[in-house]
Formats: sequence, structure tokens, C-alpha cells
Amino acid sequence: MVCRELDMTIRPGECWGVLGQNGVGKTTLLRTLAGLHKPQTGMVSLNDVALADHARRNLAQHLGVLLQSEGGEFWGNVQEYVLLGRFPHRASLFGYSVQDEALAQQALAQMELERLSQQPYNTLSGGERQRAAIAQALTQRAQCYLLDEPLQHLDLRHQAQSMQVFSRLKEKGCALMMVLHDTLWAQRCCDHVLMLFADGHALHGPAQELLTRVHLEALYQCPLRELCVEGERWFVAGV
Amino acid sequence: MSPRLLFPLLLCTVPMSIGFGLMNGSLPLTPIEVWHALLGNNDDTATTVLWQLRLPRVLAAFVCGGLLALSGVLLQALLRNPLADPYILGISGGAAVGALAAMLLGAGLATTQLSSFTGASLAIVAVFGLGFRHGERNIYRLLLTGVVVSAGCGALISLLLTLAQGEEVKGMLFWLMGDLSRSQGLPFAWLVLLVVGLCATVFSGGLDVLAGGLDKAAALGVAVGRWQAGLYFAAAVLTVTALQLGGSIGFVGLMIPHAIRLIGVSAHRWLIPLSALLGGSFLVLADTLARTLWSPLQFPVGVFTALLGVPVLLWLLSRRS
Repeated sequence: MVCRELDMTIRPGECWGVLGQNGVGKTTLLRTLAGLHKPQTGMVSLNDVALADHARRNLAQHLGVLLQSEGGEFWGNVQEYVLLGRFPHRASLFGYSVQDEALAQQALAQMELERLSQQPYNTLSGGERQRAAIAQALTQRAQCYLLDEPLQHLDLRHQAQSMQVFSRLKEKGCALMMVLHDTLWAQRCCDHVLMLFADGHALHGPAQELLTRVHLEALYQCPLRELCVEGERWFVAGV
Repeated sequence: MSPRLLFPLLLCTVPMSIGFGLMNGSLPLTPIEVWHALLGNNDDTATTVLWQLRLPRVLAAFVCGGLLALSGVLLQALLRNPLADPYILGISGGAAVGALAAMLLGAGLATTQLSSFTGASLAIVAVFGLGFRHGERNIYRLLLTGVVVSAGCGALISLLLTLAQGEEVKGMLFWLMGDLSRSQGLPFAWLVLLVVGLCATVFSGGLDVLAGGLDKAAALGVAVGRWQAGLYFAAAVLTVTALQLGGSIGFVGLMIPHAIRLIGVSAHRWLIPLSALLGGSFLVLADTLARTLWSPLQFPVGVFTALLGVPVLLWLLSRRS
């Protein structure tokens, strides 16, 4: 049981942050929204059509998913890996078009992976794999993105860079939902927040209203200290 | 190495290996003699040997190698396990139990074939029925079911070998280690190889996605359950066809796809045709050595696939690190 009642709509141009303790069901929720997991009750719809009524391929053309763990070994190089993002859009059965390759190249450049593009994927470090996964999702050119911990394994530079990339997607009218553990990034980039509590209830609304010490202390069930630096609120777990 | 370079290179090995197979045997022939015997309709011994014995055998070895290598590629993509080979899911175990049981009862060749086919079919249905849950994105159940069925068949094989006597045991060992001397149904095997190979190449994009993880594949629009079932049955058909043709020849299905990958080709669009070509050429070479090296003694071809393949694969592996 992840969450008892949740009735919400994500609109184009919105960026949602999902916050909650470990094991509370953030990933399960995201997988459910992605159609990878059937909800026990209720339904999820995309563009007013139930997920189950979308053909898998059609869904993948509109919905990009960044998984927390992929559970697969990819045998090819980084460029081939990123190019898989074009799979749902592929016009021919026999490979990818020049445009597909150009989009992949563009995404590689956005994630600063050009230098590694010919290297075998399984030689990459954790952070590099994460950047490759983000590049793959970007290559998919979806309208709607579900991102499970997009910042995991990333160093500070690439955290900032990835969040910038996501903000640009939002400005272009994409709808985004991302699981985050860093409240600062949630404040900076998300306009809405969904909080999943351990007892099964959920809170959602504008980020400014929900990202307060009271709510976050209740969410993480630990005392927090609030620091204010240049107008930004930082929350640090108190000891 | 670029696949565009590798493809013509491997294509050249096909006539070379087939030529090698046709020239060698108890009656050695020069390339010119082979050429004349193939073209001419004279009535000498060379023509008879070539058309009646050597050509069918070489073609059987080639198609068998292609089937096994292709089956290995598909199963490695399905199970996402580099150790997967055509026999990992118990198909060859079922076929071997069927074949050996028929041999023990003194059945003829046709009955043995039928019995091994029945055994393989039972194993395929049992492993699929028990191990595959539609909609469940976990392939370990299928893999483990296959391994368990294989182990059970292994025990039955040992039992049957213990019960057999004298000459029977030798026939059984040849079946178990692969033997291309009694090849039947050659046109059918070629048809299977061409049809499945072509289909797999057409759908190779999906195989690339599937090999990268099941959830990812689903998120990228692959109907995972249907693909898994399709891959399973395609690999099963390839394996059964190869088993009917040459018994359980080991190592080809495991080694050939890895060899191609270690050379640097991993996209299935290239991996599938290249594996089929290399698998075919390799088995022709191994079979020719098996029947000529200590002629008139003939060895099971499985011995030579391993003897040739192990050093090559070990070299490729050590080079990579």
C-alpha cells in the first residue's frame, strides 16, 4: 500500500517534485504513473485517455521515464545507448534515421558526454551512466517526463546542469515529475510538490506553500533546522 | 572492428569453410576436382562422394551452426544473461532423454528422431508453462525453471546411460556430443534458419532495447511479455531443429555471439547475421576436423567445437582486459 487517495492533474509546463521518506512508495507511484505497474484501484490517464488504452509505443512517444535502476547490461557504446531513446519514434525497422542520430548527438552534448560517445556503455561510472540515462530520456522528446531520482550519483556540477536542462524542458511546455531528496532543488526548480507520508496520506500543492519546516519535519519525522541564505530556505537535519 | 568491414570478411569465410569441408575426407580432393565434381555430371567416385556424402554433411553442419548461434543470441537477449546458451532452458535435456530412451528400446532412426522431438517439445511446454508469467517482468523464474528441468533431464540421461549396454552406449554418447552423420530434414532446417534469422533481424531494434533492461524496454514502448514469449519460442524452434539435425552440439551457441561481441559488434542488427555466418562456418570446420583428423575414426563434433572454441574465446577475453 503506497498511498490511499490521490487525485491530481499535472499540466504542461508544470514541474512537480515528489518528496517522502525511503520506502514510502515514491518509485512505485512513478512506475504506476508510467504504466509499468498496475494500481490496485483507480486510474491514471494521459491526455484524457486511460494509460491502459494507449498502445505501448504510443505511450512511449509521449511519456519519458527515467528509472532509478535499469537492471540491464547494455553491450553497445554510449551513443547507441542514447539512441535507444528514439526507439518509439523510429520510422523504419532497420535502424535509426539521420535526424534520430542528430537528436542523440544533441542530447550527448547537453549532458557533456560527447567525449565518451564511442566508449562501451558498461565501462562508464555510476554518474556517467546516470547522465547517459538522462541523455537517452532527452532523446525521446516526450511531452511528459517522470524522473526517479534524476540527481542520483551526480556531482555538484552535473546536478546543476541537469536541473537546468529540466528547467528548459519545463519552459518549452513539458510536464515533469521528479523524485527528489534535496529540498533546495525542489524549491528552485519545482513549482508544485507532492509529499507522500508514511501513514499513506499525501499532500500536494504549490511548492512555496508546502516546503516549510513544519511540513518537512512531519514528512521526514525528524527535527530540521532552517537556514536562510540569499532568500533561499535551506533545511538541514538537526541532531 | 566495424560491422561493415566484418560482414564481407565473414561472408568470405563461408565459401572457404565449405570448400575446406568438401575437399577433405577419406578421399581427399583438390579444389579443381571439387569444382569439376560439382559442375560436371560425370559418374566417377568423386562426384558420388561429393553429392551423396560430403555436400549434405557440410550443408548440415553449416545450417546447424547457424541455428545454434542464432538461438544463443536470442536467448542471451531474452534472459539477459551472458551464460545463456541454446541448452540452458532444458530443451536439449528433454530431447536427449527422448532420444536415449528410444535408443535403449532399440528403436530405429525415425522413431528416435520422433522421440527426441517429443521430449524437447515437452520440455519447452513445461518450462514455458511453469516459468513464464505474462506481465511479470522477471525472467529469473524462467531461467531457474529451465535450469531445474535441465538438471532433472541430466539425471535421467545418466540413468539411461547406466542401463544401456555396449554399442548402445557409444551411439548415445555420439548423440549427446553431437553427430552430423545422419542428417535428415536439411531443407527444412535451412528454411527455419532463413525465416527466423530474417524475422530476428527485422525486429533487432527491439532486441537491443530488451537487452538493456525490461522496465526500460517497457518504458520505451516494447510490449515486453509478447516479446519474451516470441523470443522463447523462436529460440526453441531453432534449438529443436538443430538438435534433430546434429544432436546436442555444445559451445557454438554460447561462444559465437560472444566472439562477435568481443570483436566489438553488439547491435543485434549486425549480431544476428554475423553470428549465423560465423556459427555455420565454425561448425563446418569443426565437423571436417572431427571426421578427418583420425580417419577412419570419427569423433563427435562437440569435442572439436570445444577444443577449437575454448582457446579462441580465452584469447579474446584476455585481450579485452
